[in-house]
Amino acid sequence: MVTSNSELAYDSKIEGEVVVSRVDSIINWIRSNSMWPMPMGLACCAIELMGVAASRFDIARFGAEVMRFSPRQSDCMIVSGTVTYKMAPHVRRIYDQMAAPKWVIAMGACASSGGMYRSYATLQGVDRIVPVDVYISGCPPRPEAVLDALIKLQAKVKKERSSKNLLSA
Amino acid sequence: MPVVIDAATALKGKFSLATDRPSLDCPAVNVPAKDLIAALTYLRDEFAFDMLVDVAGVDWAEGVSPRFAVVYHVFSTTRHVYLRVVAACANDAAPTLPSAVSLWPGANWHERECYDMFGITFAGHPDLRRILMWDGYPYFPLRKEFPLAGIETVLPDAEVAAETQAKVIAAPMVGGPFVATSGEINLTEAEPRAKDEAWSERRAKPEEPKSQP
Repeated sequence: MVTSNSELAYDSKIEGEVVVSRVDSIINWIRSNSMWPMPMGLACCAIELMGVAASRFDIARFGAEVMRFSPRQSDCMIVSGTVTYKMAPHVRRIYDQMAAPKWVIAMGACASSGGMYRSYATLQGVDRIVPVDVYISGCPPRPEAVLDALIKLQAKVKKERSSKNLLSA
Repeated sequence: MPVVIDAATALKGKFSLATDRPSLDCPAVNVPAKDLIAALTYLRDEFAFDMLVDVAGVDWAEGVSPRFAVVYHVFSTTRHVYLRVVAACANDAAPTLPSAVSLWPGANWHERECYDMFGITFAGHPDLRRILMWDGYPYFPLRKEFPLAGIETVLPDAEVAAETQAKVIAAPMVGGPFVATSGEINLTEAEPRAKDEAWSERRAKPEEPKSQP
């Protein structure tokens, strides 16, 4: 006698637990919780950035502990420090080498606006050459501020329409 | 410091055009540009000034002649004395001096910085390129006529400049750390150098000058 499978939906005994969700949420969940930073350390803010990664502040709690010194393996460039005009093209080229999707955090007064360096040699804000997602104030910012920026960036990533962007790309 | 005074005196005796220079710390001597290398060689070989501490440029402003001068700080690691040698550049439009790289290899980057900031060329320098600003930057930033904010020009990388439409711009100065609205604060107090903190636990704070004529 032939028996037909009477179960119309999934069988939890065979397939295990299944969560139904939207593609966007899943992609954004993955992206926001493993955001590998590209530490663009250019001045004293980079010292504070090291503090964020170390055990006391521990950026690993937010899935961003894997500092990649290759732009091809990183998702989020943290521009920490004064960007001179001589350095600016290199910052842009490193940003261009990062694989999409990619985000930028401008850490500290200098990266955000030139800071106290209102002079002939300093780029007046890194947003003139790369699109910045989150700015952090401070000179240098406290490590908590960097964590806050990361949380803000994660919230921003979670609102992105990733699948649509992927299909249209 | 009797020994170093001897060096300065001997320098003036050997080079008749060398003159004393007012100085608050170590002895200082003005030397004409044509005697510069001979004088520095003399100091290095006869008075053991084996270390060139710094080479600095000076711009005495437009219209002053000689406009540019270069200051050499030499130090003797065996006798522990300093001496300052200053040479004025003869040509105000295209200032030039002989290079001291053959005497002290450490002069290399100092002279490059001096060239980068003031446009003073050093004849005989093995590699006279800019060191702080990028190659092709059209100005000399520490000259008196150059504004602190800078002058608009192009980014060093043409590709990036075309991609981003970014330029080297004159930085906004108002409200900056080096600009104060006149009358708002006492500029003398705002200057960091006005805060004399040379005194400490071991060295008493110097007395304020009492009598004001």
